[in-house]
Amino acid sequence: MFNVVNILLLSFITVLVLYPLYFVVSASFSNPTYILKGEMWLWPKGFNVDSYTKVFENKDIVNGFINTLKYTTIGTLINLIMTIMAAYPLSRKDFYGKNVIMAIFVFTMFFGGGLIPTYLLIRDLGMIDTLWVMVIPNAVAVWNIIIMRTFFQTTIPLELQESAQIDGCGNIRILLKIVLPLSMPVIAVMILFYAVGHWNSYFQALIYLSDKENFPLQLILREILIRGEMDEMIKATSETFLNQKLSVEGLKYAVLIVANLPMLILYPFLQRYFVKGFMVGSIKG
Amino acid sequence: MLKKSFRKNWDLYLLISPVIAYFIIFHYVPMYGIQIAFKDFIATKGIWGSEWVGLKHFERFFDSYYFWRLIKNTLGIGIYTLAVSFPIPIIIALMLNEVRNEKYKKFVQTVIYAPHFLSTVVVVGMLILFLKPDGIINQTITLFGGNPVDFMTEPGWFKSLYVFSDVWQTMGWSSIIYLAALTAVDHSQHEAAMIDGASRIQRIWHINIPAIMPTIVILFILNAGSVMSVGFEKVFLMQNTLNMSTSDVISTFVYRSGILEAQYSFSAAVGLFNSVINFIMLIMVNAIAKKINNTSLW
Repeated sequence: MFNVVNILLLSFITVLVLYPLYFVVSASFSNPTYILKGEMWLWPKGFNVDSYTKVFENKDIVNGFINTLKYTTIGTLINLIMTIMAAYPLSRKDFYGKNVIMAIFVFTMFFGGGLIPTYLLIRDLGMIDTLWVMVIPNAVAVWNIIIMRTFFQTTIPLELQESAQIDGCGNIRILLKIVLPLSMPVIAVMILFYAVGHWNSYFQALIYLSDKENFPLQLILREILIRGEMDEMIKATSETFLNQKLSVEGLKYAVLIVANLPMLILYPFLQRYFVKGFMVGSIKG
Repeated sequence: MLKKSFRKNWDLYLLISPVIAYFIIFHYVPMYGIQIAFKDFIATKGIWGSEWVGLKHFERFFDSYYFWRLIKNTLGIGIYTLAVSFPIPIIIALMLNEVRNEKYKKFVQTVIYAPHFLSTVVVVGMLILFLKPDGIINQTITLFGGNPVDFMTEPGWFKSLYVFSDVWQTMGWSSIIYLAALTAVDHSQHEAAMIDGASRIQRIWHINIPAIMPTIVILFILNAGSVMSVGFEKVFLMQNTLNMSTSDVISTFVYRSGILEAQYSFSAAVGLFNSVINFIMLIMVNAIAKKINNTSLW
């Protein structure tokens, strides 16, 4: 009895989460006429890929995609290096002053200067409308330093590092030759967390970027999906009003899929890592 | 034994120094910049050179027409979110923990974690697509003979849409941490309880919930501490001129008056007011949790 109720409830929740996602996929392959008439609710109706063709013909979307790819790659690389540079020393028992440094980091999780002082700083540094504003002000996350530090402490035996040191191995070599090769699961998790963060971020771009050439995909998405500016753009062409409305409707579903494409591809591969990584970090976190 | 020593580990200090520099520049320098909330900031004079004006900007904010509306909306959304999206992941974790079929469990997890990886823009975009007057939700409503509702522009719907789309997006991922805590439960306790004739529900109530209580308390403190800091991203995207009366919160107000209207000192004061209240709440909830549950952040 208990099992039946439990499984039924969980299945209900699963359907509730899955259906909107499924609907978007299905709608993106359908003829928009059926979506607007409410005749498409499960399988794609009037199967076609016209909406995707329109997405890839759109200069702004393609440019935004390339920009996001650039910000995500460079940003994640910086994040990863910075996180390791902080987490490794902090994981070492013989690193004098680690508690003070940790406290300096952790305090920023609870208190900050706020939007305006940060904005003024970034403006004074001359970072507005540059690539750097997308990757430097969020170069490392305290929470991820904690996860990685905990991983180093709990899974890489200190004895191993000590014996390497006795053999004349320096700290940096211990990190590069012993610690990092043993830390692939946590590195995979960090890449996932940071990359998703960069891929999805729009706040940074909204505040600090004004040149449309530099816009990441999320800002372009916002214009299409939320501000409905696409409607304006398409009105300029000679299509009839109904056709315009239909084109825009189909494009909206397709662009949702394209925006999440990298995640859809990576998700199955990385899934086994993130639960493990999350657990490592949370036990002592 | 490795000895604590500056000289021997000089390279580790060198390694961490860029990270320390990053925190000083991008986190502590803005804290220093907070002082413009008490000054009339003039760009040519800089932060240091601008004139002190005391609490002028705070008074202007407290007296403004927006003050109570912002407080009401910010707190309202914050508490609503805490009340709904905090307990649901705990319940889901407890339910998932009872599933014996590994394949089914894995499938449910894969599905419910997925929305966590969608961006806020995508989620709000989906919300708008589904809820617009000719969207699928309204098509369903009319199918059953109801009248279509323009959800996105109706002020009364804003908070619920915000909270329940948040639940949809985060419940799966938030349950991971409780699931992790549940794996640490000592199995012999369950065996002993079974011998004593305890039912599944009784065992969940008396063994599993107490086992994850420290995790629950810590996360509750963290969440309660940010009740006032309703995120800018999603509210801003869901906001439009028609739902402003219920959707305007402190963070969107700071953005408008600070970034768009360049009233730097005034909006820095509003932002500071918000952070201070958050900080006080965090300390208070932490102190209460320490007293009644012996669990705390520090």
